[in-house]
Amino acid sequence: MAVDKNINVLIVDDYTTMLRIIKNLLKQLGFNNVDEATDGTAALEKIKGKNYGLVISDWNMEPMTGLELLKQVRGSEAAYKNVPFIMVTAESKTENVVAAKQAGVNNYIVKPFNAETLKTKIAAVLGEF
Amino acid sequence: MNTTAEQITNTVEGDSKRDRLVRIIGTMLDKVEQASTQTRDSMFNELLELKRVIEESRQEISIARPGDIKRKDIPTATDELDAVVTATAEATAEIMDACDAIQTAAGDVTGEVADKINAEVMKIFEACSFQDITGQRITKVITTLRSIEERVERLISLLGDRAGNITGDDDTRVGDERLLNGPQLPEQAVSQDDIDKLLAELDGQ
Repeated sequence: MAVDKNINVLIVDDYTTMLRIIKNLLKQLGFNNVDEATDGTAALEKIKGKNYGLVISDWNMEPMTGLELLKQVRGSEAAYKNVPFIMVTAESKTENVVAAKQAGVNNYIVKPFNAETLKTKIAAVLGEF
Repeated sequence: MNTTAEQITNTVEGDSKRDRLVRIIGTMLDKVEQASTQTRDSMFNELLELKRVIEESRQEISIARPGDIKRKDIPTATDELDAVVTATAEATAEIMDACDAIQTAAGDVTGEVADKINAEVMKIFEACSFQDITGQRITKVITTLRSIEERVERLISLLGDRAGNITGDDDTRVGDERLLNGPQLPEQAVSQDDIDKLLAELDGQ
């Protein structure tokens, strides 16, 4: 299955630098419908109000972390329950990956990363480019 | 005899725990006054030794300047680190502004040159992620410094009489909060390959 680049993508990170980097990388990959949020709470509100085809989220944010956001999304009964979710974080310990996987993450990218890694992980979740 | 008691009292007063200590010593001195001369002398020597230990402890604590550490050293260090975060964030934003401008300009050219420009600009964007990583590391250091600050405060309030005995796990976080430890140091870091393998293993379960 080929990736649909017209989907809405939500990127979540409390560092504006990282939001900008990911947005730019996504743009280079052909994704132009990209929204941003700076923590889990704001992201959840956006997810409730719009149909997203992919969520790319940091973990360590306040007040709501990326893991909590993932749990809230997966624990919901709404249509967004199964939205593809990629965690992009500096938290790279084994227990972190296990916790994210148990919460229902689709893929996990450790920071710092490059465009090729992002592309590979998106392809693994959404389909080949 | 009363002169020595007053001397000890004057030396150690100024703190609630010290006041308690002074009261205990005072009570002991009262009892000594009623004891035999030999016993009295022996107990006085013990008390004088106790006084010397207290004075040495006070001096050692004062040499460490716990007040300065709390009021000046740690706040200065955290401010400096905050400044580093701010400065790198601003510099990174400027670098990325320049990248945007270059990409816009690259839109006027075509072919291999445009591709080359875009590829190199992408590398700059990727490298800018250092700001996020260093920012998280510095925030971690600031948190540690603030924790030290709190401990120093406790040390000051106790005047060191129990600080040496405080041990154990300082991490009071529970549940998912314990998973938030920030970026790992390079020599301890788990690679993307390791994470991919782990994910594959988890998928196979």
